[in-house]
Amino acid sequence: MKLKLHIWRQKSTQDKGKMVTYEVDGIIEDMSFLEMLDVLNEKLILNEEEPVAFDHDCREGICGACSLTINGIPHGPEKETTICQLHMRHFKDGDEIYVEPFRARAFPVLRDLVTDRTAFDRIMQAGGFVSANTGGIPDANAIPISKKDADLAMDNAACIGCGACVAACKNASAMLFVSAKVAQYAYLPQGQTERKRRVLNMVAQMDREGFGNCTNYYECEAVCPKGISVASIALMNRDFLRASLSEEKALDR
Amino acid sequence: MTLDSKIPSGPLAEKWDRHRFDMKLINPANKRKYSVIVVGTGLAGASAAATMAELGYNVTALCYNDSARRAHSIAAQGGINAAKNYQNDGDSIWRLFYDTVKGGDYRSREANVYRLAQVSNNIIDQCVAQGVPFAREYGGYLDNRSFGGAQVSRTFYARGQTGQQLLLGAYSALMRQVGLGKVDLYTRHEMMDVVLVDGHARGIVARDMVTGKVQSFAADAVILATGGYSNVYFLSTNAIACNVTAAYRAYKKGAAFANPAFVQIHPTCIPVSGEHQSKLTLMSESLRNDGRIWVPKKKGETRNPNDIPEDERDYYLERKYPSFGNLSPRDISSRSAKEVCDEGRGVGPTGYGVYLDFRDAINRLGRDVIEARYGNLFQMYERITGEDPYQVPMRIYPALHYTMGGLWVDYNLMSTIPGLHVLGEANFSDHGANRLGASALMQGLADGYFVIPYTIGDYLAKSGGGEKVTTDHPEFKKAEEDVRARIGKLLDLNGSRTVVSIHRELGHIMWNYVGMARNEEGLKKALEQIPKLREEFWENAKVVGDGESVNQALERAGRVADFLEFAELLVYDALNREESCGGHFREEYQTEDGEALRNDEDYAYVAAWEFTGVGEKPILHKEPLEFENVKLQTRSYK
Ligand SMILES: Cc1cc2nc3c(=O)[nH]c(=O)nc-3n(C[C@H](O)[C@H](O)[C@H](O)COP(=O)(O)OP(=O)(O)OC[C@H]3O[C@@H](n4cnc5c(N)ncnc54)[C@H](O)[C@@H]3O)c2cc1C
Ligand code: SF4
Ligand code: FES
Repeated sequence: MKLKLHIWRQKSTQDKGKMVTYEVDGIIEDMSFLEMLDVLNEKLILNEEEPVAFDHDCREGICGACSLTINGIPHGPEKETTICQLHMRHFKDGDEIYVEPFRARAFPVLRDLVTDRTAFDRIMQAGGFVSANTGGIPDANAIPISKKDADLAMDNAACIGCGACVAACKNASAMLFVSAKVAQYAYLPQGQTERKRRVLNMVAQMDREGFGNCTNYYECEAVCPKGISVASIALMNRDFLRASLSEEKALDR
Repeated sequence: MTLDSKIPSGPLAEKWDRHRFDMKLINPANKRKYSVIVVGTGLAGASAAATMAELGYNVTALCYNDSARRAHSIAAQGGINAAKNYQNDGDSIWRLFYDTVKGGDYRSREANVYRLAQVSNNIIDQCVAQGVPFAREYGGYLDNRSFGGAQVSRTFYARGQTGQQLLLGAYSALMRQVGLGKVDLYTRHEMMDVVLVDGHARGIVARDMVTGKVQSFAADAVILATGGYSNVYFLSTNAIACNVTAAYRAYKKGAAFANPAFVQIHPTCIPVSGEHQSKLTLMSESLRNDGRIWVPKKKGETRNPNDIPEDERDYYLERKYPSFGNLSPRDISSRSAKEVCDEGRGVGPTGYGVYLDFRDAINRLGRDVIEARYGNLFQMYERITGEDPYQVPMRIYPALHYTMGGLWVDYNLMSTIPGLHVLGEANFSDHGANRLGASALMQGLADGYFVIPYTIGDYLAKSGGGEKVTTDHPEFKKAEEDVRARIGKLLDLNGSRTVVSIHRELGHIMWNYVGMARNEEGLKKALEQIPKLREEFWENAKVVGDGESVNQALERAGRVADFLEFAELLVYDALNREESCGGHFREEYQTEDGEALRNDEDYAYVAAWEFTGVGEKPILHKEPLEFENVKLQTRSYK
């Protein structure tokens, strides 16, 4: 099939950037969306043009690197599918496709479709862990965990840190991402000791990074490739409220 | 070059404990006077960096990904082994040790493997404490499954995302240390060279992939945890960016490269669909617990698989290896698939595929159970192929997956360059000629959490590389100049072929001549073709853009340039090893019924290669393997 692509090109963070139109031909339905972009890039290189930069790595929907907004939807039209896992059989000959980066104030564009999402790492540094040094740990089966809690923890732990939730939200809120981590630990006995300070510290960092507030649009849940539920946001709000009221204050470490 | 494996003396089960006692310690207050560079933040690198920082060392960690969480370890699906014996099915440290040595076809070091089995249990404890949500049974205890090459259930898993969960555990420990200021983390930084001062590894040169800045980092020791080199075959299950550069640069600086020809071809991947293919996707081996593998008995069969009656199907693994059946080890399963396809009985549009059929399991257990076990894998399969595996059998074919070979290391995980340590898939240590499923995650975390934190202390305490150096040292300046010159050379490439097309061509050479079955003639052909392709690269490749901003074409070019040199090393090793063992199958050396024929008399050694020059034959050094506890046998899974 033949497609018309409108792709965001931006040389650097300082550059203003613009949409540029390209045509690609010879696309077959077994190709993934990124393989389709590979075809375009090979063509551009041979034409002495700079290829379109985009983040990707595993191409299996698990690393969270790929981050394209297709026709206005982060990760494109298929439910619970990262853009690397979207195949061209979902498009048809002659389609026009708009390809943009994940847009958010906290995710500056580095080049073309590549953004800087290190804000997520800094939120994790603020509290996304259990403080368990290596060694001297009791047997793994010492504390039984109900299958239900383990499953709920796993549902949340499945987040790949892609940032689609932020890109989809008109407030560029990172609540779904942060709440997935908070909820994972909240369902596990190992997460209880630091439960309050974790949520306070992570939320404080989230605010510092310039992510917006959640005003319950739930666009995040709709685009999340891993099916993280907004129920986690509710859990986080409850935990946050409880922690704010308690003695424990956000500790700047 | 001498290879001193530094295996401690004493009985196998006491070696590690004794060694830990014999090692010099650094008192807690003094640890902060030492600095260590860790390249790579996969399971091995992240666990090492976090643990060393907890101990008090100053750690600098680098990775080329935009976040430490995206290292390729994230993609591991099936699980991680440990000798917990929670299932009470007869597992033990000894059995895990034995299975691993046997699975590796007796080409690994007993002492290393035993230590791995010993610390395996600590890994599971550690991960649970970090909040890794492993699968559990209704009683609340940890669940296990079985994996290829084992008759006990010792594999811990977190749905089909075990690697992700383990890596996020290690990443969270690393993030905590970054937050505490004990680790300086540089993401989107690619190491381009190691720097030696007075023969010791004292730092690295890296390129900032956003600004293009070439920068040096100095320390008291350097750790490479940079993963495997499957992508020398172009198509593999590895992530696109996985590469050999860090290990290869160390090799060029004098680190021996061990057993490069030992690569693993995984039996259950989605078949290639065309030339556009950029990578292959693994379907976790755990599927072989319930799926049955077959091809039609008749050549050129065209019927829909569901219409082929039972007596016209050949469940060839169950037929040939009745006691392990569909759970036969990877090398054997892969080779069997190739055989039936070469006979013309392969399925799918290309004829290079076999069925993995869940019909019987669905009838026996119900769709719900299968969905609970493998739902996400089935979904992934459907997304890629457009076919529903609940209705029609999956089609699978072997693909490059893992590399047992790597930089040679001693028992302390130090390479032949003093101060340069190598962890995880990047070293050669524990898997011999074939790795068992669920053992790579175990090894990466064993190296990072439980081995290097001790052994690095011993190296540093015994004065390590000597006096402190800074990046002003002339060796750093020289290395930076070399790196800049090479980047300049790559940017000047202005021929008529893309780097990717050359990489793909290299992949064809490697797959055809150095793949699942190898022979002298083919290997010699590869040795002729690779240097020509390398020449073609330097004369006719094209790289556009500049070196001062994000330039993914330049990054790729640098990696492919190294693959084009490294590939030759791999072929030399395959040519040298005139026997069949594990993943290395030489057609000249097989039994009458087509099984691998090992030659313990002449080849029970680690082949460690020393660099002599690009295009020159490297020098072979041999580390003899001594088996004091396991009797060498012909591996049999019949
Ligand atoms: C699809 C798939 C499924 C798998 N499933 C399993 C499984 O179920 N069980 C199992 O035990 N094993 C499995 N494996 C194997 C296992 O995942 C890997 O062997 C293991 O994760 C490797 O970990 P590592 O830490 O050594 O390297 P990696 O995770 O590959 O990390 C390498 C790191 O090095 C960095 N790096 C590399 N080069 C440079 C450079 N030049 N400069 C800077 N940074 C650099 C990268 O950025 C990255 O951070 C699987 C592998 C694949 C491909
Ligand atoms: S919550 Fe979903 S959309 Fe947001 S980062 Fe995680 S996986 Fe991506
Ligand atoms: S490239 Fe890894 S999730 Fe898409």
